[in-house]
Amino acid sequence: MKEQAKAGSIDVGYVAHLARLALTDSEIERLQRELSQVVAYVDQLAELDLAGIEPTAHATRVENVFREDEPQPGLSHEQVMANAPVSARGQFLVPKILE
Amino acid sequence: MTKDGYIPSIGLEVHVQLRTRTKMFCACRTDFGQPPNTLVCPVCLGYPGVLPVMNEQAIHLTVLTGLMIGARISEYSKFDRKSYFYPDMPKNYQISQYDQPLCEGGTVTIALDGERKEIRVVRIHLEEDVAKNMHFGTSSGIDFNRAGHPLMEIVTEPDIGSPAEAHEFLVTLKQMLAYAEVSDCNLEEGNIRCDVNCSVRPADQTALGCKAELKNLNTFKGVQAALEYEIDRQTELLSGGGTVRQETRHWDAEAGVTRSMRTKESAHDYRYFPEPDLMPVVLRRELVDGWRKTLPEMPRARRARFAREYGIPEYDAGVLAADKHVADYYERTVRCPANPKAVSNWLMTEMLRLLAEHDKDIRSIPLRPEALAELIKLLEDKTINMTTAKELFAELFNRGGMPGELVAARGLTQVSDTDALERMVMQALEQNPKSVADYRGGKKAALQFLVGQVMRLSKGKANPKVVAGLLTKKLDG
Amino acid sequence: MSRLSSLSVHELLDRLAAGTCTSVAIVEDLLSAIDQCDPTLGAYLSVEREQALADACAADAARADGGRGRLLGIPVGVKDLLNVRGQPCGCASRILEGYKAPYDATAIARLRAEGAVFVGRLNMDEFAMGSSTENSGYRPTRNPWNPACVPGGSSGGSAAAVAADACCIALGTDTGGSIRQPAGFCGCVGLKPTYGRVSRYGLTAFASSLDQIGPLSRDVRDAALLLRVIAGHDPRDSSSVNVPVPDYEAALEQSLDGVTLGLPEEYFVAGLNAEIRDAVQAAVNRCRELGAELVNVSLPHTPYAIATYYIIATAEASANLARYDGVRYGLRVKDAADPVEMYGKTRAAGFGDEVKRRIILGTYVLSSGYYDAYYLRAQKARTLIRRDFERAFGKCDAILTPVAPTAAYRLGEKTENPLDMYLSDAFTVPANLAGICGLAVPCGLTGDGLPIALQILGPAFGEPTILRVGHAYEQSTDWHAARPPAAAPENSDS
Repeated sequence: MKEQAKAGSIDVGYVAHLARLALTDSEIERLQRELSQVVAYVDQLAELDLAGIEPTAHATRVENVFREDEPQPGLSHEQVMANAPVSARGQFLVPKILE
Repeated sequence: MTKDGYIPSIGLEVHVQLRTRTKMFCACRTDFGQPPNTLVCPVCLGYPGVLPVMNEQAIHLTVLTGLMIGARISEYSKFDRKSYFYPDMPKNYQISQYDQPLCEGGTVTIALDGERKEIRVVRIHLEEDVAKNMHFGTSSGIDFNRAGHPLMEIVTEPDIGSPAEAHEFLVTLKQMLAYAEVSDCNLEEGNIRCDVNCSVRPADQTALGCKAELKNLNTFKGVQAALEYEIDRQTELLSGGGTVRQETRHWDAEAGVTRSMRTKESAHDYRYFPEPDLMPVVLRRELVDGWRKTLPEMPRARRARFAREYGIPEYDAGVLAADKHVADYYERTVRCPANPKAVSNWLMTEMLRLLAEHDKDIRSIPLRPEALAELIKLLEDKTINMTTAKELFAELFNRGGMPGELVAARGLTQVSDTDALERMVMQALEQNPKSVADYRGGKKAALQFLVGQVMRLSKGKANPKVVAGLLTKKLDG
Repeated sequence: MSRLSSLSVHELLDRLAAGTCTSVAIVEDLLSAIDQCDPTLGAYLSVEREQALADACAADAARADGGRGRLLGIPVGVKDLLNVRGQPCGCASRILEGYKAPYDATAIARLRAEGAVFVGRLNMDEFAMGSSTENSGYRPTRNPWNPACVPGGSSGGSAAAVAADACCIALGTDTGGSIRQPAGFCGCVGLKPTYGRVSRYGLTAFASSLDQIGPLSRDVRDAALLLRVIAGHDPRDSSSVNVPVPDYEAALEQSLDGVTLGLPEEYFVAGLNAEIRDAVQAAVNRCRELGAELVNVSLPHTPYAIATYYIIATAEASANLARYDGVRYGLRVKDAADPVEMYGKTRAAGFGDEVKRRIILGTYVLSSGYYDAYYLRAQKARTLIRRDFERAFGKCDAILTPVAPTAAYRLGEKTENPLDMYLSDAFTVPANLAGICGLAVPCGLTGDGLPIALQILGPAFGEPTILRVGHAYEQSTDWHAARPPAAAPENSDS
């Protein structure tokens, strides 16, 4: 696990890139202000003694939810491409991916 | 050990497409080669509001693989979201397994040059495959048919010591997976893909060297070639006083070199967290034991048993046991009953040859084990000769039927009656005075030619041994 | 005589069964009510006029033929994040412009199977992120009790329409209070089922471990009716629980004798708004008069619920919203040099401020180096909150609290500071974190004429209990019959 960074030090510009949000400088500035405040608030969880407490990943105690390996019809090609913003030759098109 | 005294350490990450009828988290078919975006549904397209549901068969096959290699099957395992943005990712997170995979540990034993070596496996986990990108001029196209296909990832320790060992590992793994019908392991269909980690260190150093990761290895031979190049590259670098950079390198099969890849993000921050839409997988001992019983006998064990039980040579046993379906066919034929060595010969020669020529799977041919057993019996009884037998084999292979019926219907019975053959023998001798002279002059090979002539005259039905005997008597007498 | 569109669903069903009205008449009247009051309220993003009338006509024919769907011919409003085949499913966001759902959410399919008629799509905070519907990508919705005020959120359109008699019953969703709080602000009934009670398949995900679909209705009986139809295990939703669906209406008939109600001290703190406290206290007293016993309980980790919620919900949301990238559906900003640029620009153009805020916060709390300090801690804190409720429910059958610390506030009042908005969710988020069920019923009006609501929390799968308590209380008062000033006029010809 990477070393624990200083809690409450959110770098909005960096995180926005991770989340693929192209923000303007003024947006970044505003969000930096707003979110620093929110982060400072949620930091209060550090007060809790959580030793030995199991995390709750699921609200229900269900396990082994499986499906049989049986094919079911999906969407027709036409239905799928009807929602595609840009397509050609039956494929979804995006600007050229740079490897 | 390389020629310069450096020791390579190689680890593999093998991605295997599982042989299920449907995808990992939705009920779309997994057929290969369909027109783009025809095997898709809202789930595998990442539409708003959809949810994944686990394919039990994928869990089953992964556990079987773990059992085959002697891994620990986790009693509790779960799925996690692995986040990154890429056009082949329908949700821009991949459902994978992070810290609690289905299987941990295990070994794959490889045999190279008569020596056995155990390659340790770190873990086996399950995840969903991504879509396929195709590149056009100024754009890229995406086909989501493959998105969501169940993918089993097998990660080894860096125990592999040479490119040849890496190749052997992959061959052994493929055989095991094909045996248990876990995967079709068809390289052309992309059923099995491989990333490789490779480092070298001086012989007197215990710590491993800095490793490079190699990508774009599409064939087993490619893996071997890429490793050979990379080990040379690293060895040269180090012996020249340089250092190896930890990086990802792309294998260019045409040029035969590895190249550093454009640095994207230095290291992905995958932001793993437990998948809230999927419930944990709890595999209790009774269930796993039940699944263990469905494991087929493994290739190595089957080979040993063939040699022992049927008294055939190790070599034959090895060839027959290499493919599970050929081995199944062999046993069914022997149990008809039929002579084990004879069956082995037919399978190793005619059968494998015709299967390769016609690109067929032994399970799909009309020639049934019972028919092969009957053919062998007809030959043993000398009812037919080898030439006829081979012709019949080819016909049965293509059209099915029973050889006995064919022999009767077409009067293919071998002619062994000396009176009947006498005339043809005389004819052959008369028609080939040169060969007679050659034979009498010491060229024993001329006899075979004369036998062939009699065979021709008899339309292949003469018993060659009897013919040879008659000819010899006449020539020598 | 009250106009049809102002009646409760069970009353409409009675009349349909008696043959004293038709489904077409109901829908026509409803459409007229919408025309009359929605220009002020802005609750509907779209109204399916022709389709709804056609479906109503078909329902009347089916009924004549002996059809017996539980909601046959009843018009239902749908919050804009539920997938209905053939309809746009915009989640009140510009990033989904152009997307048409090719499938029905399971809850929608179940309603359809029982003959419900889908009349229109209701406004909400974008991707359900908000508590006032001011974050809609299109326009805010106004509170029918005072159009200068918010209706609450994120199911603000659903609550406003039901309260204003512009919708007979509506589907909403609740992740941190998004059914209960707007129901409270608008004076109607709102039910958040137990997590796993109703299938989430087809519900555009905000926070996967917290989201639930539920009804907003005129009275508790209607909520029980609708829950019965949509509840139940769904193989398409691995988080849905295989527990039988009881007859929720039958639960309503019991009195409160023998019921123990808990009052958590942490919800009735010193600073609580006096009008809210008084109204809720009066409701509590009424419950005791109706036969319930009262006990004090403690939910000590309540103060940590907001922090816990905003870490978990935004983390899950940051992953759930990653799929909106312009590749397969929805908005795409063209003229990008490569996919990275396309994603960045599309998502920046398509998402509103609050959504961006939460995606960034959620990405941050999951990012390398921060996971342990935030996400992991929050999941552990969640365990403590869950245990608080389990312990409390050992002493009582249901818990009574206010729904919100204030009544509806003015549009724009809380938009300056996001944290202020988040803090107003204090009474509702704990139930989502614990996965339990909750019901909001109106219990008063402020001096300014804005609704105040009582929240009834029950243990997992305790819907029969909270419906019983809610119904008994409701039937002993007139709050549910009160009509807001901006409701559709009482006569259809006004």
